[in-house]
Amino acid sequence: MKYTEEHEWLRLEGDIVVVGITEHAASQLGDVVFVELPEAETMVARGDEVVVIESVKAASDILAPLDGEIVEVNEALVKTPALVNEDPTGAGWFFKIRIEDAGALDEYMDEDEYNEFIG
Amino acid sequence: MADLLTTPLDALSRALGGRMVDFAGYALPVQFAPGVLKEHLHTRAAASLFDVSHMGQAILRGRAVAERLEALVPTDIVGLAEGRQRYGLFTSEAGGILDDLMVANRGEDHFVVVNAARKAHDFALLSRAFGADFTPVTDRALIALQGPMAEAALGALVPVAAGLRFMEVTIADWRGATLWISRSGYSGEDGYEISVPAARAEDFARALLANPAVLPAGLGARDSLRLEAGLCLYGHDIDETTTPAEAALGWAIQRVRRTGGPRAGGFPGAARILPELDAGPARLRVGLAPDGRAPVREGATLFAAAEGGQAVGHVTSGGFAPSLDAPVAMGYVPAALAAPGTPVWAEVRGRRLPCTVRPLPFRPSTYKR
Repeated sequence: MKYTEEHEWLRLEGDIVVVGITEHAASQLGDVVFVELPEAETMVARGDEVVVIESVKAASDILAPLDGEIVEVNEALVKTPALVNEDPTGAGWFFKIRIEDAGALDEYMDEDEYNEFIG
Repeated sequence: MADLLTTPLDALSRALGGRMVDFAGYALPVQFAPGVLKEHLHTRAAASLFDVSHMGQAILRGRAVAERLEALVPTDIVGLAEGRQRYGLFTSEAGGILDDLMVANRGEDHFVVVNAARKAHDFALLSRAFGADFTPVTDRALIALQGPMAEAALGALVPVAAGLRFMEVTIADWRGATLWISRSGYSGEDGYEISVPAARAEDFARALLANPAVLPAGLGARDSLRLEAGLCLYGHDIDETTTPAEAALGWAIQRVRRTGGPRAGGFPGAARILPELDAGPARLRVGLAPDGRAPVREGATLFAAAEGGQAVGHVTSGGFAPSLDAPVAMGYVPAALAAPGTPVWAEVRGRRLPCTVRPLPFRPSTYKR
């Protein structure tokens, strides 16, 4: 698992990267009540705002961590946004992105570095 | 947060795991471990304890207190019976709202509670009007206990509290501490606000929290509760640019102070406020229910159509209503668009989201009248 400074986790599965937000981020956001997902089969560039999350407190964006194609989104979040809080690193994933070069993940933090980052 | 003021319950809030934030210059808990949603729902199902000690408390006494206060507010203070409290407004010469407040007639004096962010302003105003008859209360905490189990929880400690009705006040003893109790609050629930000597505040709060029905709650839940209850937050839904009629607060201006009443006018801005109450305002605060699931928040621009046209107003408070499991908002629209059922559109992230004007409150209040 890799982590971004935007508190996303990235899990590489072949040439697909699954993206969600960390438990730390979910706890800081508070109860998520609305999630707006991108369309599947869209090309995105790193830094694009691809997901909007609304918690009871505020709205925030999730940025595409990598260049690639969104191949699948977690439709379950539309009906049950609370999955983001209940299981942020599992059932609360946001989207899957197909990337050309797995090496693009290298620059992101590993778990120890992330824990230090939020520490 | 080093420069923030702290309340007498600061140590308790931190010990209970409160996430402290800056609110009007005070360090206060925005939430505890369960989070805003659960704290909100717990308040409606059982009871929650809120630290509202940041609010300004003051005493007015002396000759003709009610008459002198009526020169500052359009509220009927002279007719406020002993042992009762009333919601009031400080108004400006231009007819805007300088703050909202609670006034209690305690017989030998009047007790007022004002917003923290307006405390300096309001106290200066009261000091000018009352001189030595105005005394700010600086050695007391203020605790709000809200929810259907508030009566049982407070009644177990202070039996007389259980007999109060909505907007009644009393002074009572709890283990040597003199409590100023009102049956009121700002959550749309039955409950109390209790002023307690600072030195005894933590003891008293812990005694309430010893009841398993009572949990601590933060500013986040306080905000979502008052929004569901359709209650205004000063600086957001009301301010110097909004008049009482526009804010749909005409109910807070009793008949005796209105046109044709025995004590009509005599408060700042009466020349604007009273004719506007008679004729109806050009714009009005309304409830807004977004048709979809996306929350519409403060600042969103309102339109009368899905495309084109000028802005017709804006959202002043908005978010998610946990008890309704839906987003809700309040905002100002032209009177022609203020009827419940009217469609309006709120611009969120560049898109116009359809909303419907709804009557306030969004959820019926459960005051014990």
